[in-house]
Amino acid sequence: MDFDLSDDQRLLKDSVDRFITDQYGFEQRKKYMREAGGHSEAMWAQITDIGLFGLPFEETLGGFGGGAVETAIVMEAFGRGLVVEPYFATVILGGGLLRRAASDAVLGALAPRVAAGKVKLAFAHLERHSRYDLADVTTTARKDGSGYLLDGAKSVVLHGDAANKILLTARIKGERRDRAGIGLFLLDAGTPGVAGRGYPTQDGLRAAEITFTNVRVTADALLNDNALPLIEHVVDEAIAALCAEAVGCMQAMQDLTLEYLKTRKQFGRAIGSFQVLQHRSVDMLVALEQARSMAMFAAVMASEENPIERRKAISAAKVQIGRSARHIGQEAIQLHGGIGMTAEYAVGHYFKRVTMIDQLFGDADTHLAWLAKHGGLFGHAA
Amino acid sequence: MDLNFTPEERAFRDEARTFFRTAIPESIRTKVAEGEGLTRDDLVTSQRILNEHGWATVNWPKEWGGQEWSPVQVYLYQDEMQQANCPAPIPFNVSMVGPVIAQFGSQEIKQRFLPPTANADIFWCQGFSEPGAGSDLASLRTKAERKGDKYIVNGQKTWTTLAQYANWIFCLVRTDPAAKSQEGISFLLIDMKTPGITVRPIVTIDGGREVNEVFFDDVEVPVENLVGVENKGWDYAKFLLGNERTGIARVGASKAKIARIKQLAALEFAGETPLIESPRFLEKLAAVEVELKALEMTQLRVVSDERKLAKGGQNPASSILKLKGSVIQQQLTELLMDVVGPFALPYQRDFDGKNEPIVGPDYATEAAPMYFNYRKVSIYGGSNEIQRNIIAKAILGL
Repeated sequence: MDFDLSDDQRLLKDSVDRFITDQYGFEQRKKYMREAGGHSEAMWAQITDIGLFGLPFEETLGGFGGGAVETAIVMEAFGRGLVVEPYFATVILGGGLLRRAASDAVLGALAPRVAAGKVKLAFAHLERHSRYDLADVTTTARKDGSGYLLDGAKSVVLHGDAANKILLTARIKGERRDRAGIGLFLLDAGTPGVAGRGYPTQDGLRAAEITFTNVRVTADALLNDNALPLIEHVVDEAIAALCAEAVGCMQAMQDLTLEYLKTRKQFGRAIGSFQVLQHRSVDMLVALEQARSMAMFAAVMASEENPIERRKAISAAKVQIGRSARHIGQEAIQLHGGIGMTAEYAVGHYFKRVTMIDQLFGDADTHLAWLAKHGGLFGHAA
Repeated sequence: MDLNFTPEERAFRDEARTFFRTAIPESIRTKVAEGEGLTRDDLVTSQRILNEHGWATVNWPKEWGGQEWSPVQVYLYQDEMQQANCPAPIPFNVSMVGPVIAQFGSQEIKQRFLPPTANADIFWCQGFSEPGAGSDLASLRTKAERKGDKYIVNGQKTWTTLAQYANWIFCLVRTDPAAKSQEGISFLLIDMKTPGITVRPIVTIDGGREVNEVFFDDVEVPVENLVGVENKGWDYAKFLLGNERTGIARVGASKAKIARIKQLAALEFAGETPLIESPRFLEKLAAVEVELKALEMTQLRVVSDERKLAKGGQNPASSILKLKGSVIQQQLTELLMDVVGPFALPYQRDFDGKNEPIVGPDYATEAAPMYFNYRKVSIYGGSNEIQRNIIAKAILGL
């Protein structure tokens, strides 16, 4: 048992941390958000230069074959920087789906371009009524000659307006919530019949509503005709990544709050000298360390092939991260007082990001219910 | 990062699992599982079995019977012991006074006390807290005046756990009344049979008699019973209190409680449905399981880190183990009481030797007393509020 990073992982951490420290201060981020598309192409290029877009792909595809621990290292740093570039959508979701679903030919053609930062991806899956049920897909894929005709509407597609290529789920057969028969398609965002409307999200990132009306694709657009199991695995990996990102946000909130408590003076003394605030800071630390532990657990368990064991670990982590983040976020605002409410100050932006992370891919209550239904984490008497 | 144990660690875990489940009598382990109080005999028997195997004093220096295990081994030893519902070695002997004597005592005092302490021939209790010195321990007033080759001890200790079983007590006493509060304190070993000592039980809200008041009235103690140097006792007390780091989370004990809760929840019905199928109940339990899993991971982080830290160094995460571990233990006793429903009501304890006949399922008997009793867990050993004070200062720099 060993929680240490390998030498390569340490190098990766150093370079990502340096990038965030040098290039991604809170004021710098504000500028990036004002650029076209809500993010910075210069930062996109820098992330490419560090090689982070190749993270999930093998070296022969221009990547470096990183796993969930490498992903966690990057995402925790990105959480600290509140990175607005569509990295999660392109690499974690898009890259993860390609890696598991695409043929060697497709992967060979596309992965090097993703790794080189030339392609942005989006995962169009959520629909108006599907909530957190990954099997709930009503978008249809009907056979059309040798290809398919796609129809449906996808909601809150993360960074859907930035994507050049879309990974779309559509039902090839079966009823609305059937586990079988969900196809995963890869198509250009500019394919006729695809219409999108982008908008900002609460956390300063972006998403899109995308409709598919009589969209004609060739047979090779279908990457997998029964994609739910692989989607579930990719989503579990994505949740592990979000857990790490949330830990980066929580650590930042804790650091900002402690700094404030040590410097803000009222009644003639630093407010951090008041016991009531000290105790609340300690409870934030407890929540943070518990979250960090579970984010590590999630990173290690994300590659587990047994889907039930994997999902139990991921669900438990998402519960802990959701609970910890809500506690730390609310307390960070409260302990700052009025300044914590201002949009000019960073702490509220971390709070907003972790709040939105809880709403993604199952909130704490949803995962807790699933975990409870599947027997919890600890077995019966050994 | 690799969360798997090595083959050697796994082999050790299996050895520990088998040992605790076969060597320690079933009757004792059942009492622990059910929350029934242990007799003096139970504790002594169990410790002697451990000691014979070399597993009573694993944290001591090797020459006095320690094992010099890796932090991971110590973790596995505690985890398996707790999961098997084995009583821990008497903590006053093994975690508290033993290490202090081994670290600060003279060769003579080590030889005199360590072997019988390891074998529970001496049953120790701890004389630290006083009526006026709880969280503010350094304000203690029990005094020991030097008179020739004796100290004359006068004062009162309280919350003295299992003093009724003990034949020796280790005490913090004030030897220099003029010194500032933390100075002028000494660490004294006192035979409980000495004239002038009176033990009076304190009945707690669960009906239990774990704790006592101990009165000292002109008690004569030979000066050779002083540990280390006179007036340096506060340093030894700090060493003692800082000794126990990871075991205090009691993750293994909480795992055992969860297993028991699941077992019993299958036997209790709400209408046609066993409680174990009630989503509401399961979600409450799962919420605690998540916290426990996180705490286990936190503990493993601390354990893994201990290998690299210089002696005395501390991972900040270690400070949360007691805070979180105590709350989880308490939450599980709430859930156990939920399981037994109305059969939590009948009160069946009687320490004068006669018990009321059992009403309802026998496993219900201890549910409420255990819940009441476990309120202590966030109070003893430095209340959780004191823990927060310490963390705020030492870790957060506030």
